[in-house]
Amino acid sequence: MKKITGLEMAGISKSFGEVSANRNISLSVSSGEVLGLLGENGAGKTTLMNILYGLYRPDKGTIRINGNPVAIRSPRDSIRAGIGMIHQHFMLVQNHTVLENLILGYDQAPMVLPHRYMRVRVAEFEKKYGIHIDPDKQVWELSAGEQQKVEILKALLREADLLIMDEPTSVLTPQEADDLYRVIRRMKDEGHSVILISHKLDEIMSICTRVTVLRKGETVGQAEVSAVDKAELARMMIGREVMFSFKKTPREPGDVVLEVRDLHVISDRNVPAVRGVSFSIHKNEIFGIAGVSGNGQREMVEAITGLRKAKSGDIVLEGSSIVNESARVVNSRGVTHVPEERIKFGIVPNLLIYENAVLKQHTMSPFSRVMFLDYDSIRDHAMELVDRFQVSAPSIHVPTKNLSGGNIQKLIIAREIHRKPALLVASHPTYGLDVGATEYIRSQLLIRRDEGGAVLLVSEDLEELFEVCDRIAVMFKGQIMGILSPGDRDIEDIGLMMTGSIGTDTPKEQGE
Amino acid sequence: MEDLIISVLKRALIAGTPLLLGTLGEITAERSGILNLGVEGMMSLGAISGFMVTFATGNPYLGLAVSVLAGAAFSLIHSFVSVTLKANQVVSGLALTMTGLGVSGMLGKSYIGRPLSVKMMPVELPLLHRIPFAGEVLFSQDIYFYLSIILGVILWFVLRHTKAGIAVRSVGENPKAAESQGIRVSAVRYACVAVGGAFAGMAGSHISIAYSKSWIEGITVGRGWIVIALTIFAMWNPLRAFYGAFLFGGIFVLQYILQPLGISPNLLAMLPYVTTLGILVLYGIGRDAQRRMHAPAMLGEAYHKDER
Repeated sequence: MKKITGLEMAGISKSFGEVSANRNISLSVSSGEVLGLLGENGAGKTTLMNILYGLYRPDKGTIRINGNPVAIRSPRDSIRAGIGMIHQHFMLVQNHTVLENLILGYDQAPMVLPHRYMRVRVAEFEKKYGIHIDPDKQVWELSAGEQQKVEILKALLREADLLIMDEPTSVLTPQEADDLYRVIRRMKDEGHSVILISHKLDEIMSICTRVTVLRKGETVGQAEVSAVDKAELARMMIGREVMFSFKKTPREPGDVVLEVRDLHVISDRNVPAVRGVSFSIHKNEIFGIAGVSGNGQREMVEAITGLRKAKSGDIVLEGSSIVNESARVVNSRGVTHVPEERIKFGIVPNLLIYENAVLKQHTMSPFSRVMFLDYDSIRDHAMELVDRFQVSAPSIHVPTKNLSGGNIQKLIIAREIHRKPALLVASHPTYGLDVGATEYIRSQLLIRRDEGGAVLLVSEDLEELFEVCDRIAVMFKGQIMGILSPGDRDIEDIGLMMTGSIGTDTPKEQGE
Repeated sequence: MEDLIISVLKRALIAGTPLLLGTLGEITAERSGILNLGVEGMMSLGAISGFMVTFATGNPYLGLAVSVLAGAAFSLIHSFVSVTLKANQVVSGLALTMTGLGVSGMLGKSYIGRPLSVKMMPVELPLLHRIPFAGEVLFSQDIYFYLSIILGVILWFVLRHTKAGIAVRSVGENPKAAESQGIRVSAVRYACVAVGGAFAGMAGSHISIAYSKSWIEGITVGRGWIVIALTIFAMWNPLRAFYGAFLFGGIFVLQYILQPLGISPNLLAMLPYVTTLGILVLYGIGRDAQRRMHAPAMLGEAYHKDER
């Protein structure tokens, strides 16, 4: 007995403070349908779905299930109505076991000693849907793909008829994504409905039956997938014709800039995160690191930039070792860093734009004399950066947190790149940015490469890596599984390397 | 000699009882993500309310019951400020401590120098108390001691083996995940803070109606702060709280044993606090990564529901 045969959202509006995230949005979905919710980052897709799931309350608008208006005040209400949601950032308690995560809020489980009951239920569902996870593992031990399976299991256990998935493939390898598509098709065949949030056109075209496109918080189009093509959807999503238009000119790699030899690094959890990584980067080269995040990329970048101690191994920059030097020394030797989590580590959000523009150089001439800051030269410098790197800001006298994500990232790139560093380390530099900013930042990386710089680019976005990199290393469980050049372009191989199924030149050690 | 050992052990358990009760309470609150530094104040209020009721009625059990309610009620201030208003938990907890100390001092003014005519008497458990040695040490205690042990085991069981416990721990680890599964985060936190207050109130009345039987201002002498340290020492695990609390009980007793040796009583009085510092330092060295894994991830962080 299905609880939901048709669901409709009508005239939904929601704002956060002065920012209006959703304006008068409507959509509908019925059983056996996979609805794609397409839009760029910041278009309001997630907000809209969080409203449907009861995490946010709409300012205006109604939700109807099977034609009857319903009030969804909290996830409790939506779960009861038969709605399940798989969030982009998984809603799992990392330090708890899979079983405990499944028990959380599960009404049928007994109050006392629920573990045993749940174990039986999980086994049933595993058999039915072919999803296998060790229920006694702690969530942090699982890969992103496995965590997503826990989320799916959670929704299935609650008998969700409508499943919302927020960019479910963004953390998956291509093989894991195929697995997920199989699960989605299976659910569709069983009469469930699925709303799939995505900004990947291929994904929408291959799995969805219908699509609703959002732009800047408004509905800009709805269509049967069979009746539209990719170009048309892209135009709806972005509002203009867009084609990535860099010309990557072939370059002969120059001298070695950075050499990493047998690097070992320990993570915050006190387990080996980087286990014997070696590679070198040359002048005129962008060296990419592919891999699902959490496979040691962060720790490796932190070791190279001086933010984390290496356990063993060597890091050589232009002939001299920088291993275990402080971040300041590493920076002054010519390594600059565009960190992941830009708001947390890239800027001081409450400081003004011109102050952030000179971070890390504020102790150097001409910004500082004896022990005082020279604000005139700092402001002149900030003005210059903002102009040159197209940071759109009302003025340089506003707190940096007021800028959009894309402009914050442009400011960081400006700060890190204008000194022409020997090595630029960029972690997920375009994550969560809109197409325009993404395009701009990638082109800046290429410019730096053509000027003779070396760039280390860590990204989960394979398209990005193929577009800008000269060589790509794939990391898995702290090791490099292989180094490819984009000419190889074998996406299946990369996928297998990302899951550790194959490695080309690194002998596989025994896993722990 | 055996008499001395029995007496020392027994007194260590007595001195450790309020520490254990307080720690169990703080573990409950902190597991739900709420840091409550108001333990000293809640204890104080529990001590005076229990004392007043016992003084008026001559019934220490009634005193105990009232102190539990007083602690729980008083802790609501902290929940309101830190859960509903989402203010800084450290500041709110400190305010609770100062308010509790002030109010109890004021209420207690007229009781200074007037000891209770009855106090909480030890209860010998049938049969068990006849076991040599253990019977004397473990089974001839007052009801506070038995309750603290039973409640500690219950708390451990609830946190670990029930749905409610999983909900509490999840709220402390990842409130957003808990809410997305239909858990009412604020309700869980209110309840846990109230349970914490009840424990602290009970710990306080132990000091005033079982441990000593007269009222002096500042009767809790910093035990509330030791509780905060013990919570860390116990790694938020009720069973581990047992060791910590009774170890510290032993250190309280040590003062009286060492006094005849000519060591300054003022120095000895510092012992529990110096040990607290020592333990926190030891915990801070080297093992911090492992320790952090036991602390509730969202401890001290307000949960903003409608925010991204």
